Amino acid sequence: MFSVQGRHHHKVRDSVAAALDGLEDGMTVMVGGFGLCGNAEALIAGVVARGAKDLTLVSNNAGAMGKGLATWLRAGIVKKVVCSYLGTNEDLHSRMAAGTIQVEVNPQGTLVERMRAAGAGIPAFYTPTGVGTVVEEGKEVKELDGRRYIMERALPADFALVRARKVDRFGNVRFFRTARNFSPVMATAARTTVVEADELVDVGAIDPDDVHLPGIYVHRIVHVPEHEDPIEFRTVRKRPGGAA
Amino acid sequence: MTFSKEDMARRAAAEIPAGSIVNLGIGLPTLCADYLPEGHAYLHSENGLLGMGPFPFEGDEHPQLINAGKQTVTVLPGGSTFDSAASFAMIRGGHVDLAILGAMQVSAKGDLANWAVPGGRVMGIGGAMDLATGCRRVVALMQHATKEGEHKLVRACTYPLTATGVVARVITELGVFDPVGEGFRVVELAPGVDRDKVAALTGAALL
Repeated sequence: MFSVQGRHHHKVRDSVAAALDGLEDGMTVMVGGFGLCGNAEALIAGVVARGAKDLTLVSNNAGAMGKGLATWLRAGIVKKVVCSYLGTNEDLHSRMAAGTIQVEVNPQGTLVERMRAAGAGIPAFYTPTGVGTVVEEGKEVKELDGRRYIMERALPADFALVRARKVDRFGNVRFFRTARNFSPVMATAARTTVVEADELVDVGAIDPDDVHLPGIYVHRIVHVPEHEDPIEFRTVRKRPGGAA
Repeated sequence: MTFSKEDMARRAAAEIPAGSIVNLGIGLPTLCADYLPEGHAYLHSENGLLGMGPFPFEGDEHPQLINAGKQTVTVLPGGSTFDSAASFAMIRGGHVDLAILGAMQVSAKGDLANWAVPGGRVMGIGGAMDLATGCRRVVALMQHATKEGEHKLVRACTYPLTATGVVARVITELGVFDPVGEGFRVVELAPGVDRDKVAALTGAALL
């Protein structure tokens, strides 16, 4: 009697390739992470292996040190990057200078709020960030309660690829520390969200009050226990007395 | 004598009220944390961390615990982590009491330019515009002039703006100055620094 399969039926995929099924040329793909922190490393590699191209990549940084999303730039599969910070990402700078890639820079808070709006059914919003700067150019500006605001549009995506510490089979997610960053918001903004899980657990193993991202926002899960997790800037202190 | 970098960071740290929420920008502002008594204030990092602690001891660093400069850090007891939308809602919503930020130019009207050099490489905006716009008070921590002697405290910014009319105080190696519209009011000068020398290195009136 239940002949139609719902979107939340059997989410766990047994391979990265299967988890990326339907990710096609020309799509907009959001990828979580703050620089190399909290990257879905296997899914990022999987998109290159899949051969999808002409992608619009939405991510805060688009990789670093030749790692993470820099591999997409090197593979030549990205036509446009929507980000907030390029920094010293030479892979991005060189392609920008050569004109082979288009880059749209957003203030970081605006970037993530555009995602949040897309996921929450809000087509546009007003923000004070960027008023009186180049960010304002070409956008509607409105005065509300005596202050000027810029109208920014929602930013949806075809796919979101995110990494999480612990995921149950329904797709309830827990992140670890600052690896959370954009990931749960991207998950709300995409038509298909794929989670790369460090640890895959049975339903019930995560207390409902401890869920960071409810499974309604997750469509596919792939279990990937091993990660490189590069550190961009290793800053440490000496232990007092040099004791271990 | 001018303020050393450590002096500047210490002086900027003195701007942080007890029990406040502070965001320290990347670079020199990060050093301010070294001059805060334990438990004095709560450090916010826009990548999703409140209650940020010092750098970890060697061997304790974790790739999934970093600050907005992508440096490995720690989280103190009472700290919390959250997503970027929540983090920037804290900033934009006026919940962060103070931001201490680096600057390329500050105008007498309090305009801030700190994200791009005309003709230079585009490094991106990151959290700069949100922090400058949303934090309740903004202090700029910067060199008083460029190495070539070009003014950085100016009548009007010539670099791309980050936000307008937001900087309340500027701390440089020469002293502490408040942009008050018609110029910069001298709050204090570094020990032994001559006011005329400061005036020559400032691109707006000293008041």
